[in-house]
Amino acid sequence: MKRQLWAFALLGLLAQMVSLPGSANAQTEASDYGIQEVAEINRLIRQGWLDYEIRPSVAASDGEWVRRVYLDILGRIPSVEELREFTQERSPEKRKALVTKLLYDEEYTEQYANNWTTIWTNVLIGRSGGTERNSLTSRPGMQKYLRDSLARNKYYNEMVYELVTATGSNTPGTDQFNGAVNFMTMKLEEKAAQATAKTSRIFLGLQVQCTQCHNHPFNEWKQQKFWEMNAFFRQTRALRRYEPGTRNVSHVELVNESFQGEGLTKDPDKADIYYELRNGITKVAYPVFVDGQTIDPSGYVEDVIRRDELGKLMMESRYLDKMLANRIWAHFMGYGFTKPIDDMGPHNPPTHPELLDYLGQQIRKKNFDLKQIISWVALSEPYALSSRTNSSNESLDDPLLGESPKFSRFYMRQMRAEELYESLLTATRAHEGRGDYEAQEELKSRWLGQFVVAFGNDEGEETTNFNGTIPQALMMFNGDLVKKATDSNKGSFLSELAESNLNNTQKINHLFEAAFARKPSTNEVKVANQLLIARKGDLTAALQDIWWAVLNSNEFILNH
Amino acid sequence: MSRSSTPKGMSRRHFMSHMTGASAMTMPALAMGNTLLNNAEDLKRRRKSAILLWMGGGPSTMDIWDLKPGAPTGGPFRPIATSGDQQISEHMPLMAKQMHNMSIIRSMSTREADHGRGRYYMHTGYVPNPNIEHPSYGAVLSHQLSHQRPELEIPPFVTVGGGSVGPGFLGMAWAPFSVNSNGQVRNLQMGLEDQRLYQRMYALDLIESGFINQRRGSAASDHQKILKKTLNLMTSSQMDAFKVAGEPEDVKERYGNTNFGRGCLMARRLVEQGVPFIEVGLGGWDNHQNIHATLRDTKLPELDQAMSALVEDLEQRELLQDTAIIWMGEFSRTPRINGNAGRDHWARSWSVVVGGGGLNGGLAIGETNSDGTRVETEPYTSQDVMASVCKGLGISLQTTFTSQNGRPMKIANSGKIIKELFS
Repeated sequence: MKRQLWAFALLGLLAQMVSLPGSANAQTEASDYGIQEVAEINRLIRQGWLDYEIRPSVAASDGEWVRRVYLDILGRIPSVEELREFTQERSPEKRKALVTKLLYDEEYTEQYANNWTTIWTNVLIGRSGGTERNSLTSRPGMQKYLRDSLARNKYYNEMVYELVTATGSNTPGTDQFNGAVNFMTMKLEEKAAQATAKTSRIFLGLQVQCTQCHNHPFNEWKQQKFWEMNAFFRQTRALRRYEPGTRNVSHVELVNESFQGEGLTKDPDKADIYYELRNGITKVAYPVFVDGQTIDPSGYVEDVIRRDELGKLMMESRYLDKMLANRIWAHFMGYGFTKPIDDMGPHNPPTHPELLDYLGQQIRKKNFDLKQIISWVALSEPYALSSRTNSSNESLDDPLLGESPKFSRFYMRQMRAEELYESLLTATRAHEGRGDYEAQEELKSRWLGQFVVAFGNDEGEETTNFNGTIPQALMMFNGDLVKKATDSNKGSFLSELAESNLNNTQKINHLFEAAFARKPSTNEVKVANQLLIARKGDLTAALQDIWWAVLNSNEFILNH
Repeated sequence: MSRSSTPKGMSRRHFMSHMTGASAMTMPALAMGNTLLNNAEDLKRRRKSAILLWMGGGPSTMDIWDLKPGAPTGGPFRPIATSGDQQISEHMPLMAKQMHNMSIIRSMSTREADHGRGRYYMHTGYVPNPNIEHPSYGAVLSHQLSHQRPELEIPPFVTVGGGSVGPGFLGMAWAPFSVNSNGQVRNLQMGLEDQRLYQRMYALDLIESGFINQRRGSAASDHQKILKKTLNLMTSSQMDAFKVAGEPEDVKERYGNTNFGRGCLMARRLVEQGVPFIEVGLGGWDNHQNIHATLRDTKLPELDQAMSALVEDLEQRELLQDTAIIWMGEFSRTPRINGNAGRDHWARSWSVVVGGGGLNGGLAIGETNSDGTRVETEPYTSQDVMASVCKGLGISLQTTFTSQNGRPMKIANSGKIIKELFS
């Protein structure tokens, strides 16, 4: 018997040694669920492991995986019931079934739309967009547009076209309301410099903003390119409409107006714009897309609406599909194929060019259906790996150490502030019987406001304090949100749990499953019992202490 | 929020005794920080600090520190004489009386004219690189100077009223602690008796350590370090340093009733408490339009009042020789005035102001040409400013950090010393 064990261990060791380089094949092939795109992701990512001689991390447990999927698709962790329903299921196709359910089941449509509305709102207008006094952006307007679009799974290219070409009023409830205009209403100052920069960056992954004033020091974009892109936006005006008799902006209307050009001759048939080189020489520009395609230079809206032309040109650009693939990939994997994800110009080559190109092509073939690309990535092998490192990928595949990501493990990251907020509501069942969407958003954005720090420049740049530093830790220790989550008053989550007919072990299990999607360890149970003694048998108070510790832990705040 | 920073009836020492005395639940990794209090007076006398006055948006230095009267690009402002050997803008009359303490480096020449890139470069001495995050000067200096103040319980790198740049590869323990200018720190109140808090911390530490031991990467252990710092801070009487409201009225008035004024006053209080690096932010310099009215009516009066008060106050308290002051933004603004009566981004020729902390005051170092479009003398960079500040504070320029991927990085990115600041 002893000898047998020993031989067994030796065998294992040998297998490990033999399989070190090229070991990806030795692992059991992950399922592709019969989806071609999943198979191709798995193949190309494995190829990278072989090239770098990396052994991938083990597969994540069901609990770990389901927690991720809920966080990344719905923006919150799963409830205990949802967790158990999944882990108790035995079907080999259960992961595919869950992703399908979260994406397509009516029960989840609203949560899906709300989560991605939050994500896209932050991308399009920033965390503070629309919260300034007399802002030209209506945050509710932006959100309404996105929610409606995402709830009925509008194709992504249609959304982009609408955002780039929108006209109408920005505020819900006004005449000709079109929430899509809010992407641009605040970006038209200073000759629409922000509209130019953000449109290129967000949808095409091209950073032209540096070239506004000078040729780019290390990529091929020239100053001319910025102004040629800029020329597409020069018929666009954001008109303030005031509340009668006051100077308060009631809403803003985005319109296209004929543009006569900036030249002395004012010839609207060839509406030109001018910019200055650093040596003081002035140059002329007309609308030209990044790939060199030109349009009719007329400034008359009767002849040509420049933003509509831009929208059409963007639809054909390969940058459009690759940028989407990169963004979705980064959302699920923690890192994109480029860093930053929205800088995909020729100077910044991607880590997996073939895969990026393939995903872009496929999503274009599937009409830019967001739910399809989400399911490909969510069902892929690299997304299902553990965040635990092994000796072969611990340092070779750690982007924090400056290594390029090889996706041989799941990269831990902190929940976004919005995810934490929603997760706390889920974990404490506080989402039941909340007010309507607007009222919830109002509460949430007031809470989020404490983390947003503005940089004080005209580009509205901002950063967040919700980044693992002391203010965030203080908020988790002592803030209202966690106070409410650990409340022990009658009717609260904890008091109901304490009074339920579960036994004590089950109650502790419930807390750990609610927060971590796993059961407690022996030591954790032990400390829970010590706390019960310290609280002199007051179960609610002990649960409160445990719950506070659980919610404040790294394991809770990290998407792992 | 007006509360005392230690929980009711609990001194820090008392709290510590609970932490260490209870035997049933000893605290493993979260064992509380340093209580060594020795040679404090001696250390106090020699400890060095730095204050960065960060002008977010990029202020037009040729309207403030390097005027070009008569040049077509010069703008309407006139130069005035100062207590030092330089002239500055007529809208900085209070600073004019303090300029013997401060030197203007007029031959700054940098390459980054985008806000994000410029902010990163001026804060770190490196251009952004997708593969590595460099530590900001605040993180570097607080890291280097912390040993001089073992008794410090509050974060060594504080930013007031604005964002900064993070600690990069030095790790979250050196991240800036960000407060607003009235010194309110949110969520400081625990409202729990100390015994129970400590028991909760024990349970928390057990869960944290279990997760860290699973080797999932540094994010897990970074979190634990922050928890420890947070606990330190919640129980420290040193938090009083943030309370500018308690200063005498005439002092508050001298600094000005503005956010920046309160921020500068807080910086002085934090220096006295032993915080080695404080960044005070003043935004609103991105003046693409209507620049001169904006500077004259709002920006310069606010700056002049607060900055002059800070220099004067530090000098009177004999803190200036040990406290470096650095005034800068991410870049400056075009000599040319644009069609909207504004100036755009410009990095090629501009000024930074430094003083205190062992640096010579009263000088104008370097020169720009007659219309401010070019540097005429040896050009200086972000690295050179920082190298000089390091030397002034007694930090060796041979200090080398090793990034997580093993790359050696010299402090201040091998910047050269600006000689005039020392001769």
